[in-house]
Amino acid sequence: MTTVDRPRVRNRRSRDWLGYLPYLVPGLIAFTVVILIPFGMNIYYSLHKWKGGNAPLRWYGLGNYTDLLADEQFWTSFRNSVAMIVAMVLVPTVIGLLLATTLFDVLGKRFGPRVASVLRATYYLPQILPVAVAGVLWNWILNSQTGALNVLLREVGVTDPPNWLGSTTTALPTVMLVLIWIQIGYPVVIFMSALQRVDPELYEAAELDGAGWWHRFRAITIPQIKPETFVITLTCTVAALKVFGPIYVLTRGGPESSTLVPSYYSYLNFFDKSKVGYGAAIANVLTVLIIAVAVVIMVLQARSARREEEGR
Amino acid sequence: MAAPIETVPSVAPRRALGSRRPPTPLRSSETDRRHRRGTARWFVLAAAVVVAVLMLVPFVIMVLNAFKAPADYSQNGPLSWPAEFYTEGLRSFWTRVDFPEKLVNSVWISGTVAVFGVTLSLLSAYALGVGRVKGRMWVVTLFLLANMLPQEVLVYPLFQMAQEVGLSNNQWSVIIIFTVIQAAFGTYLLSSVLGTFPRALLEAASLDGAGRWRTLWGVVFPVVRPTLSVLLIFFFIWTWNEFFIPLVMLTTNATQTIPVALASLQGDRMMDAPTTNAGALVSMVPAIIFFLIFQRTLTRGITAGAVK
Repeated sequence: MTTVDRPRVRNRRSRDWLGYLPYLVPGLIAFTVVILIPFGMNIYYSLHKWKGGNAPLRWYGLGNYTDLLADEQFWTSFRNSVAMIVAMVLVPTVIGLLLATTLFDVLGKRFGPRVASVLRATYYLPQILPVAVAGVLWNWILNSQTGALNVLLREVGVTDPPNWLGSTTTALPTVMLVLIWIQIGYPVVIFMSALQRVDPELYEAAELDGAGWWHRFRAITIPQIKPETFVITLTCTVAALKVFGPIYVLTRGGPESSTLVPSYYSYLNFFDKSKVGYGAAIANVLTVLIIAVAVVIMVLQARSARREEEGR
Repeated sequence: MAAPIETVPSVAPRRALGSRRPPTPLRSSETDRRHRRGTARWFVLAAAVVVAVLMLVPFVIMVLNAFKAPADYSQNGPLSWPAEFYTEGLRSFWTRVDFPEKLVNSVWISGTVAVFGVTLSLLSAYALGVGRVKGRMWVVTLFLLANMLPQEVLVYPLFQMAQEVGLSNNQWSVIIIFTVIQAAFGTYLLSSVLGTFPRALLEAASLDGAGRWRTLWGVVFPVVRPTLSVLLIFFFIWTWNEFFIPLVMLTTNATQTIPVALASLQGDRMMDAPTTNAGALVSMVPAIIFFLIFQRTLTRGITAGAVK
């Protein structure tokens, strides 16, 4: 290629993209109608007092947002979000990593890949269920009177078994346990594939150098599967902040807001208390929080990836 | 909740689980430790199996109680074998929610969303990935952020809009909404796949005189078809499991999906334990069948893409 030719080619290419624009139009229109405009409307609603429907919209400025600051339930719901992150990100990731390395290192190698993949599928099973179905099932198991768990406890002689989902002290931990049950399979599956990606020679070399299992785990496994860990942290944290289905089916935020989460609190204001503006404000605060958390995680991820490249 | 976790499918081929090389021969100093580990591995297996059993217990007692008479349940408890094979709970759930109708609703909504969503993703991704439309980074970032939005932020305006255009309590409202939400993610994923589409193929097509439309369907589509089918399956399942927006949008029995119908039966005082269990059992069967058919694609889809 001669130097004279190159600018001309680039020039033709640089205008070429215009011809592809029509292909983007349906997507952009749909996106605008279903996401952008409603999002804008939600922001608009949040600046008003509104009972919804045909009721008059009354300008309230930032009033809904300042009201939130003084709303005990609002703060409770965000405190509970921390519990959701523990139950949907922290615990499943740690247990998932443990299970994945066990399946991969010991069971996959000593008992054959079939054993490992059957176990993996078992751990993943709760993930494929519609959350509402899993919720109904657990709701029955945990029912204080007729539920399987308490019926069993009474049979073995516990006279007064706890009202798992019905008491303010046990409801949140119980919901957390159900969420852990739902979540565990996801990190297991992702970590197992991550481990397959790691070059076995790294482990062999470390073993020859006399590194024990724990040492290899810390020096090789953890750093090598960092990209997957970031993905799990990001997707699960966003999901934990958004969680709605399990709460709706299991406890509806109760008893006494002990399991209230922002997303359910906003739903409650929309469709139950007819405080649309207030519900919109809660949803907006949640959105800002989610985007902030996602951006922080993505920046950390990019930084870690860059550091890795420089290190090499 | 959008499938508790949204997972990231991709095309990257995965090595099968067993395809690792056999362990290298060990030095003698290592052999002792390996021998001791020989018994330890049984304990590890036992522990892993215990966890698996814990995961399965809820399913097992559900199946056990789905075929038990209410009297049998209250007398013998949840762990006993059913005294007789009782199907009344199953039948009563089946008729009360008109299960076949809900099944058709769910299949129709999820199937349509999957097809539309994939088509929309392909069109947008063609412009962004192959066409290198200016400002594509912005568009992709916007789509990705849209996928993270909590649905609460959209639901009330969408509810209002559906009423205004006469789509309240209409499945098309749900179909349109999820087509866009899924396509936002699909575009993000596909445009990075199409960004690396072999230029030589495109140039060959244009030398043959193919326009952009013909290139899309004659060259690009066949090459990315495997990715599209993974995407199709994922869109289907995600939509199938969706709860929040269908709950708000589909207000009468005749339009509801399986998860919404099951959840709205919950407050029903008539729901005795066997009926609850039969309902949960019947409602999870489609998901399980789907899982068994597509298990390979699913695990490939979930696990891939995690690494970019």
